[in-house]
Amino acid sequence: MVTIALEDIGAYYGRRLTVSGITTPTFSSGEIVAVIGPNAAGKSTLFKRMAGLLHGPGMVHVEGSEKGKRAISYMPQDTSANAVLTVYESILLARKQGSGWKVSDEDLALIDGVMNAIDITDIAFRNLGELSGGQRQLVGIAQTLVREPDILLMDEPTSALDLHRQMEVLDFMQQVARERSMIVFIAIHDLNQAMRFADRALVIERGSLKGVGATSEVITQQLLRDVYRIDARIEPCSRGQLQIIVDSVAKGADLSSGSATKAA
Amino acid sequence: MATATADAVAQEGRGLYRALAWRRILIIVGFAIALALSFTIDIAWGPARYALMDVASAIVSPGSVSDKIRVVVWDIRMPMALMAIVTGACLSLAGAQMQTILANPLASPFTLGISAAASFGAAIAIVAGVSIIPFATNFMVPVNAFVMALVATLIIHFISQARGVTVQTVVLLGIALVFTFNALLAFLQYVASEQALQSVVFWTMGSLTKATWEKIWITTAVLVFALPLFARHAWALTAIRLGEDKAASFGVNVRRIRLETMLIVALLAAVPVSFVGTIGFVGLVGPHVARMLVGEDQRFFLPTSIMAGALLLSATSVVSKSILPGVVFPIGIITALVGVPFFFSLILSNVRRSW
Repeated sequence: MVTIALEDIGAYYGRRLTVSGITTPTFSSGEIVAVIGPNAAGKSTLFKRMAGLLHGPGMVHVEGSEKGKRAISYMPQDTSANAVLTVYESILLARKQGSGWKVSDEDLALIDGVMNAIDITDIAFRNLGELSGGQRQLVGIAQTLVREPDILLMDEPTSALDLHRQMEVLDFMQQVARERSMIVFIAIHDLNQAMRFADRALVIERGSLKGVGATSEVITQQLLRDVYRIDARIEPCSRGQLQIIVDSVAKGADLSSGSATKAA
Repeated sequence: MATATADAVAQEGRGLYRALAWRRILIIVGFAIALALSFTIDIAWGPARYALMDVASAIVSPGSVSDKIRVVVWDIRMPMALMAIVTGACLSLAGAQMQTILANPLASPFTLGISAAASFGAAIAIVAGVSIIPFATNFMVPVNAFVMALVATLIIHFISQARGVTVQTVVLLGIALVFTFNALLAFLQYVASEQALQSVVFWTMGSLTKATWEKIWITTAVLVFALPLFARHAWALTAIRLGEDKAASFGVNVRRIRLETMLIVALLAAVPVSFVGTIGFVGLVGPHVARMLVGEDQRFFLPTSIMAGALLLSATSVVSKSILPGVVFPIGIITALVGVPFFFSLILSNVRRSW
């Protein structure tokens, strides 16, 4: 059983402390945690800090993992690489970081397995430059999975995917989290998807924690008004699944401030 | 999905990858064969026409041929032919890693001013007799060239790291460096003595006729020193081409590898330049040829870049002797004539596209 908990985490971007004072309860294997918040709230920064790519105060407590530094794997949002590499090679190189030149059959079997699972075998030998945005994101997911981390931090993995692919990827991540006993943090803008797939949610606004807990308890009308500045209802659909129905931009909401300015 | 078809598909992926890897190894072998051929022609061919058999016996048993043939083959043609290969290899390797680290298809020692800086450093030694590092008087020319190349490399390195700096900015910066060092060089030429001037001018053109066995050994040593350092970081360097964030997420220490690579690049670019003068565009064209043929997995990209650069310069060496009978043109003139159109086509093609 692997667990992770954040204790008073902050992160420096340059010299500025852009994220601060984030303390969470303990998350454990098999959980999917949605990290939500407006654009530029600090979700990516928090992920980078958790993965050790940024410095900052506080402690990330990881227990029960035998992988040391490789326990946490961060999947960045930007996937605009134009390297002359095939998809297969780009996944292989994610797997082989820090090891020798020789590629074993086990390495290749693992890659084939992951590519098969996310259904991208048909683009295996296409060059990265020829891929669509959605395909790039799927390749990014494969690159992260072949590193076999215990804790996965996915920065908007579904933002460029159509509905079918979104469902496929989130379903798959849920399955992976359960089967491989991983903890999966997903930064996601679609709150309906967050409610559907995540066990718990962590809300970030302007670099600090606005709430953490079971998704249905965290994602409330009040939160939508305070953090997202919209008037909305959260109602069960005919099958009982909670859905957000947006009515309007909240009156008095300041559109020029943080949440509405930076495009994704 | 764990059906028999899925297994078959998975099996297929593995097999296809192995086939791809083998194809790339074959390409490298092909280059080696072509290089051997070019090297042979380079030795057999020259202003003095000898029969192939004479040249062959001069190589196999130097004692059995006339002194004249022996001198031509062993002291003139052989050093030139070998120098072409190691110089091409060094410059192409330097260009390949500059393009990788700077994520810039237009990067090479020549286009970003590192060769010009090295020229200036060497000219300081030739004209003023000043060694930048006081005790290194024996190797004043290469050491000066290296120090100045290092200065130019570090300028490019640090400015390219700044925020908002684009591929084009770095190229413009490179052009500015070329102008700067060329102006400084012109100043040195202006104040130089007649004799020093001649040596500087001849050598800014880039010519293999200055090759000696000692220079070949030193250049080879630099290449042999650089290779394992790059090879050790092969996966990391490939990952850097996926973007800084992604490489970092794979656990690559991007900053350190960048700096380390650029320092080695300075050495790879400076040493051949200090021996044979400025030979442009090999460092630009070589890596592009390699990339087209084997992609950017450094395990294949590195050896192919080296081979492509070596072959390019070796073939150019043959061409430089073939244009006018009895005349060996400075090789730098020919690489520039071939390289400039290539450089243009790179600028005109969309840089953002896969390269």
